[in-house]
Parts: sequence; C-alpha cells; structure tokens
Amino acid sequence: MEHITKRFPGTLACDDITLTVGEGEILALVGENGAGKTTLMNILMGLYQSDEGRILINGEEVRFKNPNDAFSAGLGMVHQQYMLIANMTVLENIALGYKAAWSPLKLDLAKVRARIIEISQKYGLSVDPDAFIWQLSVGEQQRVELVKTLCLGARFLILDEPTSALTPQETDELIVLLRRMKSELSIIFISHKLQEVKNLCDKLLILRHGAVVYHGSTVDHSMADIAALMTGHEVELPINEEEACTGAVVLDIKDLHVRSDRGFLALDGFNLSIRCGEIVGLAGVSGNGQRELAEAINGLRRVETGEILFYGEDIANKNPHHIIESGMGYIPEERNIEGIVPSFSLKENLILKDTERDEFAHHHFLKQKAIEANATNLRVKFDIRSPNTSVAAGSLSGGNIQKVILAREISRKPKFLLAVYPIRGLDLGAAEFIHHQLLEKRREGIGILLISEELDEILDLCDRVAVIFKGKIQQVLERKDANRRKLGILMAGVSDDQTL
Amino acid sequence: MTRHFKLIYHAVIILLAIAAAMAAGSIILLAIGADVAKTYLVILLEPLKTTLQISEVLLRAIPLSIIALGISVAYRSGIINIGAEGQMMMGILGTTMVALSFPALPKPLLIPLALLSGALFGGAWGFIAGILKAKLQVSELLSTVMLNYIAAQFYTFMLRGPFLDPAEKTLGGAGTPQSMRLTRNLWLTRFIPRTRLHTGLFIALALALLIYLLLWKTDYGYKMRASGASGRAARYGGISVGWYLVVSMVISGGFAGIAGAIEVAGVHRRALEGITAGYGFSGIVVALFGGLSPIGIIPASFFFGLLIVGSDMTQRLVGVPANMINVLQGIIILVIVATKMILADPYLAERVWRTWNKRFKKPLEVEA
Repeated sequence: MEHITKRFPGTLACDDITLTVGEGEILALVGENGAGKTTLMNILMGLYQSDEGRILINGEEVRFKNPNDAFSAGLGMVHQQYMLIANMTVLENIALGYKAAWSPLKLDLAKVRARIIEISQKYGLSVDPDAFIWQLSVGEQQRVELVKTLCLGARFLILDEPTSALTPQETDELIVLLRRMKSELSIIFISHKLQEVKNLCDKLLILRHGAVVYHGSTVDHSMADIAALMTGHEVELPINEEEACTGAVVLDIKDLHVRSDRGFLALDGFNLSIRCGEIVGLAGVSGNGQRELAEAINGLRRVETGEILFYGEDIANKNPHHIIESGMGYIPEERNIEGIVPSFSLKENLILKDTERDEFAHHHFLKQKAIEANATNLRVKFDIRSPNTSVAAGSLSGGNIQKVILAREISRKPKFLLAVYPIRGLDLGAAEFIHHQLLEKRREGIGILLISEELDEILDLCDRVAVIFKGKIQQVLERKDANRRKLGILMAGVSDDQTL
Repeated sequence: MTRHFKLIYHAVIILLAIAAAMAAGSIILLAIGADVAKTYLVILLEPLKTTLQISEVLLRAIPLSIIALGISVAYRSGIINIGAEGQMMMGILGTTMVALSFPALPKPLLIPLALLSGALFGGAWGFIAGILKAKLQVSELLSTVMLNYIAAQFYTFMLRGPFLDPAEKTLGGAGTPQSMRLTRNLWLTRFIPRTRLHTGLFIALALALLIYLLLWKTDYGYKMRASGASGRAARYGGISVGWYLVVSMVISGGFAGIAGAIEVAGVHRRALEGITAGYGFSGIVVALFGGLSPIGIIPASFFFGLLIVGSDMTQRLVGVPANMINVLQGIIILVIVATKMILADPYLAERVWRTWNKRFKKPLEVEA
C-alpha cells in the first residue's frame, strides 16, 4: 500500500500511510484505538476506498471496489467477532462462503469436506467438520475462521486482534500455528499485546493519529519503546505499591446462590468481603460465575439465597435503581450494549443514571445546558476522543466508550466500584488511563472489586486476590503471596496442590 | 462527507423511495387497466383544489396524527402497538358513555370529561397488552391484534345493546347499530363555514407539541427512549424498563382513545359502526413515515389524509377503486423498511459521495 490517505468528517483517519508485506512475512500493525488501523484494513479489504494512494499486489496495481474483489485477489480477513452461525456445523459454515461448491440445484458438501481436510492437513489446523459451532470453544472457533478464510483461497491474511478472546494457553497455540503457517502466506497481525508482537512478528508498523511513526523490524525496539511510539509518551502501567488498607468492610457477600440463564447454580455458596480503600481482584477463567456475581450485586439477576451486605444493608434482590442510589458504581462487562445506549449521544449517555437529579432536571424537564456542560467537562477530564458531545456513543471506539462509562461512574462519586474486565480489548494508553483512575479512587478510600482474567492486571493493581472456580471462591491471597503460577493453578480448579 | 451532502443524500433517497412506491403502485394500476398518470394526478392534486377538499384532508389527518403520535411513543419505548384500532373503538365507547350519562353538563366541562374518558378507555386497552409484555413477555404483536378482535366484537355489542338509539329500538332492534345523536354540548366547533373541519385540529397540534416535550425534554421521555433503544443498558442504568413499557402502552392506547373521542365529537356526533375506518392501522404507517417524531408525523398525516381523500376521488373520476389506498399503504411500508436499510448503510453513502466528487470535480474539503 502506498501513500494511503483517507479523510472522514472532522478527522484524517489515514495520513499518507505506506506499508509493504513480503511473502512469508508477518507484519504487526499496532497503534492505539482510533489510530487508523481498522480504517486502513477496511481500505485494503475494499470496504472503503482511499482518497489518495494505491494498492499493489506483486507489483501490479489493483482496485478493490468491494470485498469480493479483495477476496478474489487472495486477501482474507479474520475479524475480532467471528462470523459463524452457531447452530450450523463447521462444514456448513465453510460451505456458505465456498462458492466453488455451489451450483444452482446442488450444494457439493463432499467437495467442501475434501477442501477442509486438505487445508487442515497442509497447515496443521485440526478441525472437526461435523462439529456444531456452539459446541466449540472460542479458540476452536477461531481455527474454523482461519480454515474458512484459507479454504476461500486466501494467500494474504489479516488477523484483527486474534488473541483478545483467547486464554493464555490458546494464545500460545495460535502463535506456534501462525509461525508454522507463515512460510506459505503473508500475514498482517493486529494486536495490542506487545509481547505477542515481539514473539511472532518480523516487521512492525506503528500508527499514531493516522500516520506512520515507525515501519521496520521488530527486534530493534523493546516493548517499552514500542508502547512509547504508539502513544507518543512513555507508558508505564501503574502498579499498586501502597500498604494494604485496613478500613471497614463495605461489601460483604455471604453464602450467595445465583442461577445462570441456563438454570444451573452459577454461584454456589460464594463468600467474599471487600474493605474500603482496597482493590480486591477476582481472578478466574470467564464463565465461572463472574457475570452472575456482577449482575446479582447490581440487582440485575435474582438471588436465590444468601446476603449481599452493602454498608450494612442487604441489597440482594433490591431493584437496580435502589442499589445505584445507595452508592454502587458498576463498569459492566458488555460495554457496547450494556454500559451505554449506543444510539444515544455522548452527553445523554453521561447522565444515564442521573436523569432524576436536580442537577440535570427541574420538575422533570431536562436541563440541556447543564447536560452539555457536564459532558464538555467530563470529555476533557477523561480524555474522551470524539468530534463533539453530540455524536452517538455507539460510534466511538472501544477505549473511548470505556472512558465514557468510567467518566459517568466516577463522576457520580460512588461509595464502591465494581469493574468487570475493564481493559479487555483496550490499547495500552487507554488501559494505563483506566488503571490510574482506579488506583486514584482506591487512594480516596473507595472499595473496588476488579473482575478480570488478565493476571498482570490483577497482580499490578490488587491488594488481595480471590480466585473463583465453578461459583465458589478457591482461595483469597494477599498480594505478596500471589504470583502467576499459583493463580494459574487455582484458576484451573486445583486447590489442594501441595506446592501452594 | 459534509453535513450538507448527508442532508441532500437523505432527501434524495426518500424522494427516490416515494418514486419507487409510485412505480410499484403503477404496475397494479396498469393491471386493473387504469390510466396511471391520471390516477396519480387525481390522488395527489385533486384534493387540494378547493377549500372544502383541503378541509376534508385535514379532517382525516386529525385522527391519523393523534394515533401516530401515540404509536411513536410506544415504538420509541420498544413496543409495537398494532392495537390502535381496538383502542380507538374503546375510546369511542368511553366518550359515548359519558355523553349519554351527562347530557346536561355544560360544554366546557363535558368535552374535557368526554376526551378524558376516551383516553382512559383506550389507555386501559393498551395497558392490557403492555402489562402482558412486561410481566409475562407476551408478544405485543399477538396481544394487540387479538385485543383488536375483542374490541371490535364488544363495540358492536354495545352499539346493538346498551347504547342502541331508542329510535332504532322501536323498529324492533333490526335497525342500524348506532347510538342516538349525542348532546350538542359534546360537539366540537366547526370553525370554517360550510366545511366539517373542527377544533380537533388544534387538539392534535397541541398533542404533537406535548409528545415532543415529553419524549425529548423530560426525564420520562429520556427513560422511555432509553428503554426502547437498549433495554439492557436502561436496566443497567436503573430504569424500570417494564414500567415504562406499560406507561408508553397506556399513552399509546390513550391517544388512540382520544382520536376516537374526537371523531365522535367532531365528525359523527354519535357512535356508529365504521368510525375507526382503519385509522388505527394507517396510523402505524404514518408514524413510521413520519420518522417516529412529531415533526415528521404532522406532514405525514397530512400526506396520508391526502391519499385517503384522493383515492375516494379516483373512484368517482377515473373509476379506480378506493381500496387502492390500502395497496399503496402496503407498498409504502415495504419501501420505508427498504429505505431505512439503505440509509443505514455507510458504505453506500461513502460510494455515492465519492462518485459525486469525481463527477463534479469538487475540491475535497480538508477538515482538521
């Protein structure tokens, strides 16, 4: 790609970007959210057209009017969200896109099957063609996406944050796999995780505010250098080094039983207490009751038995409004659909919990000026990058949406904060910002429960670490006793290991 | 893309949509052997030729706009009210009941009371569907349609039974099922001589302003819109989504009830069969066509009033059945759905923008 430039109203999304990928090479594309990575890839895949610049494949200039043109030129993209149909088999999913097996009257499934077997043997990607998608783990689904893209004849792969939803083990497997595959293919690897970038990629392209700040080999730079180039300043994820707090217990969960959507007990005798001025990390592989816990605390899910004492009051089965009013702050897991109303503007989202307050309403009439002033203020204070305060919140990038939620929750001056996967999928700059804010709140004496699967995040921030497994607490460790290995063993459900 | 371009783009797509609807309609017109151009001319222009005819258009626009306003509130709150027809009938019964019970009340007292009663009856009918959805997750598409049938049967029963005109009763109950002529104190003033246009027009405009204020200027409206736009986020934000669902359905039903009350008090002056005349269903189209906002619904209801009056005229002038209006409405719904999808496609807008720039060689605007 040469001199690619793309303008959007109010922003220059890509500013004269040039990049090259050779055969058998893996190029890492890194940059903060909103740096122009996605736009650049959309141009490459024919979803957008660039305003200036051209794309060359094997020295020949190509023009992609739409994604189909890009597919037929051998480009394939695996998106962050997998595009698979859950109640169809792997074979059927792949057949959907494999037009060579289609004829007006017949779908040649045998041909598709042969192709899948051929591809999976060639690249060492094992998939079961007859498994249903819903039966597969996230890592396996990703393999299906890879096989699908390769079956369609891709010689050039774009992987958009392929590791963001994977467990550490699955991530390692993927990296080994990609290394093996690279001899046959060219790959662009988009990621926020610099460790993976260093491990896997030969070359590196760093974008900042739509422009290239570095294009060259990976070995020349340390991880800290790369992070600094990405953000434009030195990045240091903050670490909690202060003494553990011994304040009063503010949230005390006793023998909690909560059912999941599918009816089984997702929390089965869960106990945990959090004092003010401390951060307690809840580590665990997702799906062990974390979602149900967060929803139960916030009144969004029915509690079967047990108590949730919040400043002495049992808030189990109270309505969400009551719990919010008693001082609970909540950063939900699903930031795009639960944390914000996507079609509402930025300023409207910032008052989601406060429409009844005198600050924003007078005799039930909203005070437009106060709402605007509040948004203008928070937008600067929390570094929310948006053209103005009236844009639809859903159109912002993930990091900015998270900042909107954080701004709202923190500016409400909560007495407690529950943060669920607060930096999942965010770039370093945004993660740094959010961690700083959480530590700041801790210093102010607020109790924080941090639910996360990122062990680094937990070890950096928490005073105590609790490990959840199948709806129960395995063990609660002081920070000085916690390390990656110990947590990993506990998260896997082993609690009587002698080495602990 | 500039704001200017976006506006023009939207306008052009909507005009194309209208053209597409007319083109599709013309196929059907051709199939019944009608003169297409003349039919459209009659529908769209004939009703605007005299004051009388314009007043008739406005007369239809009154109930259409009120019902559409109610439907837009429900729709924005996440519930699709197809039951306006039934709610309107209940509203007519409520108004009739008050007028028959207190014929001696003075006008300034009786009219508000009758409108209120209509709103309460319609609202109660809407409440049933709302509470069923909020508490038991019963689909409103089913419940409102079924409630329409119940309302229609109940309506006929009341007109043949308790409300039957005593004059008809003397004929042994075999006469027209309708109430007696209601007291003069209920009648809405007809303010243009020799037309039927009544003061309900101003009530409709006031209600439009009311809905605008409710939805966009108050915290209630904020909560309703949040519930409709993203139920999960609203629940997370401490909004009782179920409660606002019911409230919006009561408002929606209440508005249909008011529409019924105004039709009785302004036009027919008695309860009889066929007052609703499909307004409850057309109201859905008007609400969608008006973009679910009062500012759009007012012109949209005028447009549909025009279609109704116009298609009556085609029957007389070019021999095309007035039922053609139903066909056009169906086509318009399909076109609206398609148009929404087209407008929601950023890639298409992007492509048009590019071609536009290339064709007219407009220098690209550099925005910081």
